[in-house]
Amino acid sequence: MITGIPQSSGFKWTYRAYVTLFFVYLALPLITVCVFAFNDSVFPSLPWDGFTWDWFFGTEAPRLGVFHERPILRSIGTSAFVAVWVSGLAVLVGTCNAFLFVRHDFAGKDFLYILMLLPLIIPGIILGISILVFSSSIANTLEEATGLWFDGLRPGLILVILGQFSFITTFATLVISARLQKFDTSLEEAALNLGATKWGAIRQVTLPFLLPAMIAAAVVAVLMSFENFNTTLMLVGSDAPLTVTMFDRLKQGSTPVLNAVSLLLIVVSAILGLASLLSRR
Amino acid sequence: MASDKSRLGLILLMAPLAIWLMTLIVLPHVGMFLVSLQEKVGIRQYETSLANYAVFFNEPLYWNTFARTAYMSITATVLTLLIGFPVAYYIAKLTRGRTKTTLFLMCLIPFWVSELVRTFGWMILLRETGVLSSFLQYIGVLAGPVEFLYNDAAIMTGLVYTSMLFMVVPLVTTLDSLDDSLIEAGYDLGGSSFSILREIVIPHAMPGIVSGCIVVFMLSLGNYLTPILLGGKDSLWFTGLIYDQFITRFNWELGSAFGFLLLGLSSLIVFLALKLSGQSLGKTMGR
Amino acid sequence: MPDNADLECRAISKSFDDFQAVKEVSFDVPPGTFFSILGPSGCGKTTLLRMIAGFQAPSGGDLLIKGKSMLNVPPNKRPVSMVFQHLALFPMMSIGANVGFGLRQRGVNKVDIKKQVERVLERVGLGGVADRPVDSLSGGQKQRVAIARCMVLEPDVLLLDEPLGALDLKLREHMKIELKKLQSEFNTTFVYITHDQSEALVMSDQIAVMNHGVFEQVGTARELYYHPTTAFVAGFVGEANKYQAKVQVAGAGSLQLLTRDGVALQGVDAGEGLKEGDMTQVFVRPEAVRLSRRQEDIGNLGNTGNGTVESVLFNGANSQLILRDSATGSEMSVALPQTSEFRDLSKGDPIFFGWEPDQTRCYRQAAG
Repeated sequence: MITGIPQSSGFKWTYRAYVTLFFVYLALPLITVCVFAFNDSVFPSLPWDGFTWDWFFGTEAPRLGVFHERPILRSIGTSAFVAVWVSGLAVLVGTCNAFLFVRHDFAGKDFLYILMLLPLIIPGIILGISILVFSSSIANTLEEATGLWFDGLRPGLILVILGQFSFITTFATLVISARLQKFDTSLEEAALNLGATKWGAIRQVTLPFLLPAMIAAAVVAVLMSFENFNTTLMLVGSDAPLTVTMFDRLKQGSTPVLNAVSLLLIVVSAILGLASLLSRR
Repeated sequence: MASDKSRLGLILLMAPLAIWLMTLIVLPHVGMFLVSLQEKVGIRQYETSLANYAVFFNEPLYWNTFARTAYMSITATVLTLLIGFPVAYYIAKLTRGRTKTTLFLMCLIPFWVSELVRTFGWMILLRETGVLSSFLQYIGVLAGPVEFLYNDAAIMTGLVYTSMLFMVVPLVTTLDSLDDSLIEAGYDLGGSSFSILREIVIPHAMPGIVSGCIVVFMLSLGNYLTPILLGGKDSLWFTGLIYDQFITRFNWELGSAFGFLLLGLSSLIVFLALKLSGQSLGKTMGR
Repeated sequence: MPDNADLECRAISKSFDDFQAVKEVSFDVPPGTFFSILGPSGCGKTTLLRMIAGFQAPSGGDLLIKGKSMLNVPPNKRPVSMVFQHLALFPMMSIGANVGFGLRQRGVNKVDIKKQVERVLERVGLGGVADRPVDSLSGGQKQRVAIARCMVLEPDVLLLDEPLGALDLKLREHMKIELKKLQSEFNTTFVYITHDQSEALVMSDQIAVMNHGVFEQVGTARELYYHPTTAFVAGFVGEANKYQAKVQVAGAGSLQLLTRDGVALQGVDAGEGLKEGDMTQVFVRPEAVRLSRRQEDIGNLGNTGNGTVESVLFNGANSQLILRDSATGSEMSVALPQTSEFRDLSKGDPIFFGWEPDQTRCYRQAAG
């Protein structure tokens, strides 16, 4: 803290007010979404018609609560399925990448590293369409050649998983590399010196050290997968993940059931996010 | 020296990276480029030409939308930087200990929530029957309900909001690493607040500023949700055109060309930003 | 008060919540003086320096530079410059831009800045490096750039916050001499804070020894070393053997003492007005003690004893001997002259020692 720079109290108060306003700006949409989940009205807007739990537990249309709304529950299941796969794959590949970039020197390393970072700066929608175009053309070629069907290469969950994996892996790589860089290689050497095999040393010494970062990367991957929209939208088939389902609902005109889903998402995201931060400590 | 065994290990370790980058990044983009060069001349008949790009340049709606998207994204980036910088400076330099951690977490939490939810929040706030309109009527500023949605200001509000994290985090990180005694030395040598900001703080924070700006610009340019939901049907956002070509009109060739133009634009602007600020991609992005 | 002092503090204080870091300290520094503030960490010296620089506002008292109160002057307007502990050279600027920073803030035109920067860099022996980055310099060179960056502004007072702390031993020894040389060359008032007594003793014209927020003693290096006025100064500046003793007879300046171990000593009162029956702390410098293998050589000294050699700590001209007093069984540290007489001294050898009563300074033992 810079205590030493004298500033006029007017400036200090203006500055503080600005920062406060900033946080109000950050919190406002989320708080609004949460509050209207309890509005006893069929529209998520004013006037306030009193408090209700209907949008969570209501059993009859038009007040079907989120816990009884089949399509939404199914799309949550789909999102979870996608997230688990993306997260698992991203951490696995990310860990390999971390070892590759931190521990090895080889020709073209810098080039590969830049290539690895590229998914960060390619707009998500472009990632989506490029994978869509590519997989479809492969599917077309294969189908013409063999006469068989290749549904896995058509829009659907497999493509959604691959599409999300294609950029989330970069994040996983960065998180895990950062931790591996801090690892003192003499620990591994000590294990080798004490008679461990190369793989044994990595398994018993290095991987446990990396575990917090791997967990953090997995959590971040789950969060990113859950909230991804742009890439998913281009690759989605008949089973829509939650964000796509919500988007469709939103375009049709929303009921507070969307607020209820959002509230649940906010709570889960906050818990997962905090957990990943704590595990990195 | 690399023995055959360790060479094998290196190749095995490189395999996942190579498969990932080749099949999901490099080849799809090459494929997309090739598709964008195909002109449909009959049913299932194609010729290689630049016709799709010609369509883009001959149709004012397309390139106007393109220019507008670029211009709005740059504006959103600048606004995000201007709004986020004082906050980042406050968190990094004027607080410490618990307060610092809390404020930093408060910046992060909104962004773990889906962009869709955040945008939904803005819709409830800004729509005609929304919170802002009602509030302004209640305090007597407005006589009747006003629609705050579906205009450029609404898009801008949403874009800045959505990107804020990606500006504040790198800024806080770089500003945190600025030694306080450098600022004190600046004052001690007679510097004013402004000259210290310009000559010491900003040059030090440059990597953070550049990486923040690149990410925010990319996110804005590639954003689909915010312009469509907050800007409405006529939001004229380039990603909307791409979506239309792919999903509604099923003209993948033109859609690919659009995709490639967007990619080209974003690469160009990132390249210029890096060159102008003297930073490198690896240094700014691999934080 | 002399009104020609460059820097003057009048009963200056600083409190943080319920902790008083600096308690009503008053002093003045005449122009061209190398003034050091010496004290252990936490004694308040950094707070005092930061108040002078303007980074902390005093809770009480006044601070004058060239006779003008600085209380309401912000740090960027004060005619003082500071060399920071870790130098705080701006890594984003070249050496020349660093040195020219202050001039740029004053709005000096570019041509003059270039000239002045080059001139001051030459004065510190670093001509022609202006365009190089800061990182290309060695530790000692960075030190000189930091000083040049301040001196180019011709400040009334240059503040130095333990700038040698980060250097290795050899370079530190070298920089002590160099700093002193630079100070006399620029003829600017230096206020230097440090916890390292040898830095203060070697370089300073005046030293203030600070402890628990107050100045214990202000004086030249010699005064502090040979005539410390408080027990803290006697213990902090230089080495000393310490005893606790009770005053038996108090004469005109000279005292008869009896130590806890029952040894009779003769000493002098360090200005405390000690009386019979007072408990005292007794300090004897290692180099004040004379050694001999024969008792008759030291027989004429006021205080004598005999013992055995415990260990010899060889360190060239600074060698020391630890001996064990036969009468008390306690250890005593003695400077060991590197003469042929003691060259073959080894553990267990019997040895006689003694010192003059006026090298035996006595201070009142604080109660409790």
